[in-house]
Amino acid sequence: MRLQGRSSLKRSVLTAGSVVAVTSLLLSGCGSKATESDSANTASCVDTSGPTIKVGALNSLSGTMAISEVTVRHAIDLAVEQINAKGGVLGKQIQLVGEDGASEPTVFAEKAQKLISSDCVAAVFGGWTSSSRKAMLPVFEGANSLLYYPVQYEGLESSKNIFYTGATTNQQIVPALDYLKEKGIKSLYLVGSDYVFPQTANRIIKAYAAANGIEIKGEDYTPLGSTDFSTIVNKVRGSNAGAVFNTLNGDSNVAFFKEYTNAGLTPQKMPVVSVSIAEEEVTGIGAKNIEGQLTAWNYYQTVDNPVNKAFVKAYKDKYGADKPTSDPMEAAYVSVYLWKNTVEKAKSFDVKAIQDNAGGVTFDAPEGLVTIDGENHHITKTARIGEIHPDGLIYTIWQSPGPITPDPYLKSYPWAAGLSG
Amino acid sequence: MDVLIGQLATGLSLGSILLLAALGLSLTFGQMGVINMAHGEFIMAGCYTAYVVQQLISSAGVSLLISLVVGFLVGGAMGVLLEVTLIQRMYDRPLDTLLVTFGVGLVLQQVARDIFGAPAVNVIAPTWLSGGMEILGAVVPKTRIFILVLAIVCVAVLATVLKVSPMGRRIRAVVQNRDLAETSGISSRKTDITTFFIGSGLAAVAGVALTLIGSTSPTIGQSYLIDAFLVVVVGGLGQIKGTVIAAFALGFLNSFIEYNTTASLAKVIVFVIIVIFLQVRPQGLFTVRTRSLV
Repeated sequence: MRLQGRSSLKRSVLTAGSVVAVTSLLLSGCGSKATESDSANTASCVDTSGPTIKVGALNSLSGTMAISEVTVRHAIDLAVEQINAKGGVLGKQIQLVGEDGASEPTVFAEKAQKLISSDCVAAVFGGWTSSSRKAMLPVFEGANSLLYYPVQYEGLESSKNIFYTGATTNQQIVPALDYLKEKGIKSLYLVGSDYVFPQTANRIIKAYAAANGIEIKGEDYTPLGSTDFSTIVNKVRGSNAGAVFNTLNGDSNVAFFKEYTNAGLTPQKMPVVSVSIAEEEVTGIGAKNIEGQLTAWNYYQTVDNPVNKAFVKAYKDKYGADKPTSDPMEAAYVSVYLWKNTVEKAKSFDVKAIQDNAGGVTFDAPEGLVTIDGENHHITKTARIGEIHPDGLIYTIWQSPGPITPDPYLKSYPWAAGLSG
Repeated sequence: MDVLIGQLATGLSLGSILLLAALGLSLTFGQMGVINMAHGEFIMAGCYTAYVVQQLISSAGVSLLISLVVGFLVGGAMGVLLEVTLIQRMYDRPLDTLLVTFGVGLVLQQVARDIFGAPAVNVIAPTWLSGGMEILGAVVPKTRIFILVLAIVCVAVLATVLKVSPMGRRIRAVVQNRDLAETSGISSRKTDITTFFIGSGLAAVAGVALTLIGSTSPTIGQSYLIDAFLVVVVGGLGQIKGTVIAAFALGFLNSFIEYNTTASLAKVIVFVIIVIFLQVRPQGLFTVRTRSLV
């Protein structure tokens, strides 16, 4: 028995091994199915009678997205702490209920439901990936609750239950393309991770390029978390494109830039414009591998104004002098203040009152003045092109003349006709 | 032409990375039959060892070489700890081993996140490895050449140890026929622990080398785990030869398909080819012939 046991064991081990390999691959690949809310239109259970008001924070503290989302939670904590120290909202102290989205869209939907129906929070701050937002959207619409989503995204969406405090495409990607065109770039190579944001962003880029006489030399997507870029870098090298437009996400950026630099490509030969690399990521990539490359965002730690100086100081005092601030963090910080300002304007925590009063609410943010658009629930933002320096920080080399009005469906751009359909 | 050379070099390099990541697994999974889902986290431990050593020793070149040794010991020690505390209790229950080690992997990821923070940390490559080397018109990064050389050295050392050293002979004896080896006076417990030490240590060595081309973050191990299992399964259990050939075959296959299609599509096509291959040859490329009664 023992003899047989051992050897047939080996075969079943082999089979089990392959099953596991394939299953975990599939699991890591999908999981973006939206969970339908089953408690549509339940009456709000938010308790506004006590001295505190509960709000939720839902960010990935574990899994592959924790790399970015932990810092967003930090920024939310900081904003709540500051608001509480100054007397709270409508005289009530904010009580933050934190949940872990675990980098899984289904978990985001589930935890959002929990925050709304069992914790009875007045609003939720969080989400990062577009799939997490898309998974939470039916939950917030079904329960008629509010989500503040703090990350730049691909646009083409507008829900009355979501406030989008990160940039939409006309506040980040379009200005970056305008900048490249102004610099005389005639051709682009598109590199991105294989999911919603890069695919949609590249559709917009291609429409823009077609209308502006820019040639697209190539377009490549890699699976999320991909760590081998030698083939893509070979393709990029051979293309002689004027610049690379990079929509890679997460750890892939590290591998991409190490490969890019080691293959002898430089910002002088072929600059890379990235839309997902902020100060935090620069540290992981190593400033040496990415110095001189460009980024497109709305906020950098180096933005020079008194509000930002105070924000950066408060953040570093709380989390350590070596912790940089970045665009998504700032957008998360801003989202809490915009909620507070809207509540104070509405004089109520009620969802309907907040929706009715949101239009025109402003906040003097670290990135400059931002205003909520009452129609599409996005906010005005100043676009900034930055250059990465050896100190790991990003310095503005170009910025839009003023805050840009959000246009998630790109209705005011003739070349974008047909994209939203 | 230089495209062809470039892709050949890419395939070779990808193969060497797969080989390095899978080499440890070819011992623990291939020889011992343990499905260790925490293997990826041993790779991660190697990455972070390189980072810690670099914080202590400022010279990037010296720290890389020291990290390779320290990494081997750290990974090996973690492997032995896992073997002694958990795996040895479930040698006849592969599914339990799988679940337990998967859990251990998750725990290790979170531990790394708590110690080093969630964002990736940067391990600086030594200056003598920066830039690329021009080979017949194609530029090959020096870091990749280093990894290729390291993979060859690791395979050579491992093959020699298994072939000529008394310890290697004991390992092979236990793999081929555990009961007969035991009756001949070989302590299979000691041999199991040694095998697991070497296998886990090699995973960490791979981790140290991978910091040269990739990121060092808590989830890095997962991105190599599946590839490593595939290499071992395709190569066939129990033989290093199979692992070596499978790694380079998959490397070339992937690099040429990716060049002509896209990265995502290449992954799919490679998986389809592997599935078809395993239908035809479920035992993988090579198998160990034993005289046990099956």
